[in-house]
Amino acid sequence: MKKKTQKLLGLVMAAAVAASMLAGCSRKLSGTVATDGSTSMEKVIGALGEAFMEQNDGVTFTYNPTGSSPGIQAVQEGSCDIGLSSRALKEDEKNSGLTETILALDGIAVIVHPDNPISDLDVDTIARLYTGEITNWKDVGGNDAPVVLIGREAGSGTREGFESITDTKEKCQYRQELTSTGNVITAVAQNPDAIGYASLASLDDSVRALTVGGVAPSEETVKDGSYAIQRPFVLVTKTDAKLSEAAQAFFDFATSADAAPLISKAGAVAAN
Amino acid sequence: MGKHQRFIEKLIHGIFLLLGLVTVGCVLLITVYLILSGIPAIRQIGLLDFLLGDTWESTAKEPSFGILPFILTSVYGTAGAILFGVPVGFFTAVYLAKLAPAKVKSVVESAVSLLAGIPSVVYGLVGMLVLVPGIRALFHVPDGASLLAAMIVLSVMILPSIIKVSVTALEAVPKEYEDASLALGATPIETYFKVSAPAAKSGVAAAVVLGVGRAIGEAMAVMMVSGNVPNMPALFQSVRFLTTAVASEMAYSGGLQRQALFSIALVLFLFIMLINAALNFFLKRDKEG
Repeated sequence: MKKKTQKLLGLVMAAAVAASMLAGCSRKLSGTVATDGSTSMEKVIGALGEAFMEQNDGVTFTYNPTGSSPGIQAVQEGSCDIGLSSRALKEDEKNSGLTETILALDGIAVIVHPDNPISDLDVDTIARLYTGEITNWKDVGGNDAPVVLIGREAGSGTREGFESITDTKEKCQYRQELTSTGNVITAVAQNPDAIGYASLASLDDSVRALTVGGVAPSEETVKDGSYAIQRPFVLVTKTDAKLSEAAQAFFDFATSADAAPLISKAGAVAAN
Repeated sequence: MGKHQRFIEKLIHGIFLLLGLVTVGCVLLITVYLILSGIPAIRQIGLLDFLLGDTWESTAKEPSFGILPFILTSVYGTAGAILFGVPVGFFTAVYLAKLAPAKVKSVVESAVSLLAGIPSVVYGLVGMLVLVPGIRALFHVPDGASLLAAMIVLSVMILPSIIKVSVTALEAVPKEYEDASLALGATPIETYFKVSAPAAKSGVAAAVVLGVGRAIGEAMAVMMVSGNVPNMPALFQSVRFLTTAVASEMAYSGGLQRQALFSIALVLFLFIMLINAALNFFLKRDKEG
């Protein structure tokens, strides 16, 4: 007798759960939001997608980390709803019927060991250091010591961003190519002659960020554009096609003020 | 035995066979997959250009895919690890198998087991925080992340396999051999090195080969201490191994670059197959001799 009641209770509960799930679906948004593109935007878009799915439990959010150019191409071909690009769209991409909406800005800090006397470099000097044109710190006013260049691995979004802004693509003479921001910071913190770059939000006290052309990297200087080493995180959509209901809702959410704290928590500076 | 029982016997046989085949299936699947995905890039790049090319610029506008630096780095790195690791491991094994008092032996053996259980990322982290700055200070080089750092980390990592297998081999030497040697007036140390060690040489060789296998396949720890730049190897140069070449670029790769990474994995796989064949050879000889 007891067993039977238990079984019955279980059944009732299962039915209740199922019913509530069904109810949840019918009241709220449903469908999928497919995003595709920049690997550098993984943290930001991951945080936004997660929060969005929490608010709308009928929606499936997907992110395919392929890189900025493949992401832009994917929107064009219609294989995703929203493309993610960590660079501004080129003119011909805009002309081909795509719209860019700047979601956030990403500052890349240039970091040195706290004991390094250098506190300011301009973009051009940084480029000359990284291309191996200047190999000793004394040539830029520092100690008589070799410059140890630390960077990221080929394909990293941060590396791509840094090299494109400093115009040093394929010319950097790295001493170490590390596979994460944390490793770059650790390596620089261990070596007084090292210089490295890392996403602004990941910095800690073990290294010191240089001012670039006299401007210290911070959320404000990135946002007002005075800090030079920065790049936009862009949502790419088709200009003349309508987004699906779910994708539009995500787009509105991501560009709303509600999303700003999530974006800054993920390490970028919200544009809206 | 009843009909029913026989059926159960057969059934259980079948189940065990199936489970065994899962392993075989995995090996076959991985082999076939690696070969199929590794061949196209080699074809496109050209076998000689791929194996003997000395520049790796996978993301350049005109990419070049030469993996000679990786092959040499892996070979040198492994050789270095063996050079540092085998003497230490072998003498430890002789001590543990023949000389150590029971208490010391049990302490050292559990330490060795613990060493084997430390995750490779921890080796990498300690190497990055202690070894790399240490090499920089000791040798007055601009940066300590180098082939030497990787060799040292690898030599520590292969110690457990070398010690354990060597101890087993030394302990398996028949006591009569040693007794005979001692009875003839040889000292214990003479006996261990002139009788026991030669008698166990196949086992010790197997231990070395096992160490080689462990060293050549390690990725995480060396990635954190070797600097990871595709240079031709030199002791204080920042270098990239076959394993780390695959691991560091796989996440973001596409197109020919990704295919070339599979080709690197294929080359690595062939290396490991060779090492396994060598291991089997030594073990077989051990059984026969």
